[in-house]
Amino acid sequence: MTPLSALLVRDMRLAVRIGGGALMGVLFFLIVVTLVPLAVGPDLAQLRRIGPAMLWLGALLASLLTLDRLFAADQEDGSLDLMLMGRAPLELVVLVKAAAHWITTGLPLVIVTPLLGLFLNLEPGAIAAVALALLIGTPALTCIGLVGAALSVALRRGGLLLPVLVLPLTVPVLIFGVAAASGEASSGTAFMILGALTLMSLVLGPFAAAAALRHGLE
Amino acid sequence: MGFWPSLGPHAGFIVAAYVATVVVVAGLIAWVTADYEAQRRLLGELEVRGVKRRSQQPPEAA
Amino acid sequence: MALIDLANPTRFLAFIARVLPWLVVATAIAFAIGLYLVWFSPDDYQQGATVKIMFIHVPNAWLSMVVWAVMSVAALGTLVWRHPLADVAAKSAAPLGAAFTFLALLTGSLWGRPMWGTYWVWDARLTSVLVLFLMYLGLIALWRTVEDPARAGRAAAILTLVGAVNLPIIKFSVDWWNTLHQGASVFRMGGSAIDPTILRPLLVMGLAFSLLFLTLHLAAMRNEILRRRVRALWLMQAHAAQGA
Repeated sequence: MTPLSALLVRDMRLAVRIGGGALMGVLFFLIVVTLVPLAVGPDLAQLRRIGPAMLWLGALLASLLTLDRLFAADQEDGSLDLMLMGRAPLELVVLVKAAAHWITTGLPLVIVTPLLGLFLNLEPGAIAAVALALLIGTPALTCIGLVGAALSVALRRGGLLLPVLVLPLTVPVLIFGVAAASGEASSGTAFMILGALTLMSLVLGPFAAAAALRHGLE
Repeated sequence: MGFWPSLGPHAGFIVAAYVATVVVVAGLIAWVTADYEAQRRLLGELEVRGVKRRSQQPPEAA
Repeated sequence: MALIDLANPTRFLAFIARVLPWLVVATAIAFAIGLYLVWFSPDDYQQGATVKIMFIHVPNAWLSMVVWAVMSVAALGTLVWRHPLADVAAKSAAPLGAAFTFLALLTGSLWGRPMWGTYWVWDARLTSVLVLFLMYLGLIALWRTVEDPARAGRAAAILTLVGAVNLPIIKFSVDWWNTLHQGASVFRMGGSAIDPTILRPLLVMGLAFSLLFLTLHLAAMRNEILRRRVRALWLMQAHAAQGA
């Protein structure tokens, strides 16, 4: 097993065993979506209209809040120092950690989305569109949040700093994600741009996060 | 047109915008000035206590 | 004095001390001329006297972007050359940028109330400036949470550059979002032909606000250099007390 695949397996195991990442994110997502009808009222027509937006906001918050511990746990037990000193390029290490985070947090969100879509009275077509948009868009959320996670561990500050730094940067993903899920005439374009955003953040996110770790922890 | 330009029906908004700008800019100037005075005072206090920067210290006779 | 000498903080302080009085005078003169031109500028045929708000709104909106660009250059200086003055420049520019962005939003909404009938519309420009404002606040929050200025400087530099890459994308996406949800009564300021009677005061006011930024930035940089000196002396004193 190469170091990188070993890291992937390790991170996924940790996320599943400790339960901090994977299932907690899904549970949080479920609770947020449950709160929506309680806040805006049980009117089914209205829920159908705002459903995709609510699913996106829930996914955004769930994937951000689980990112907080991505590097912090590794720093506390010293394994982050090993990764910094190891022979594998730090950018790839960071990308692998992002992949593990997405598989254990983003992917479960996508999988439970159809169920939550039923709660929000979405049409089958709309549910498929939201799930597909989340599938394409959540890697971008992970990679943007990665930069914030690296910064907050470099600064040894957690809590609200991470969302405050990262949420403004997720505006484009949110806009095109919701537009792609809307099922309007423009959603095809929105899908394309959402894919472009994801590819871009897959390239830029690991570089920025690796730079933040290197500069912060020396 | 006289010396006082007529500001039309929305004079309140125009005046409010200019007043707000003056307040914010004055606040920035006050902050920068007060900060300068504070740092100068702190440096002066440290100097009185005899704390010097490395570059100001006389070369030590070893 | 050669340009390279300015890289030394002590020489830079001397340079600021020599230049600052002249900059203050130049800023005051530019504002005097600008406000004189604004005072006697004719009303716009569409906006009436409300166009006078534009003379402070547009320079502030322009500075809100210029300051981020200045911080991005400083961020490169921090990351590539590890220059301490680049840190100082970036840190002291952030509150100024936030203030200018705040003014752009405030004057924009004061202009919008009579023109659009509401203080706030989710217009593309207003929305993207709002996101920019939030990013300034996040950056300031980052500077304030960390005590060690060098560590905070590198983190802030990375965030600044990530923001600089993202800002055009945010602008583009907000524009796209806005055309999708286009309201009926959105009034756009004609981007094409601006009458010289409006353009001249606008340019002078733009120059005046830019000079204001330059002056305040140099003054704030001086404060920051002094603040770091005080910090270093305190640390030295504590160290000496410990060693004795």
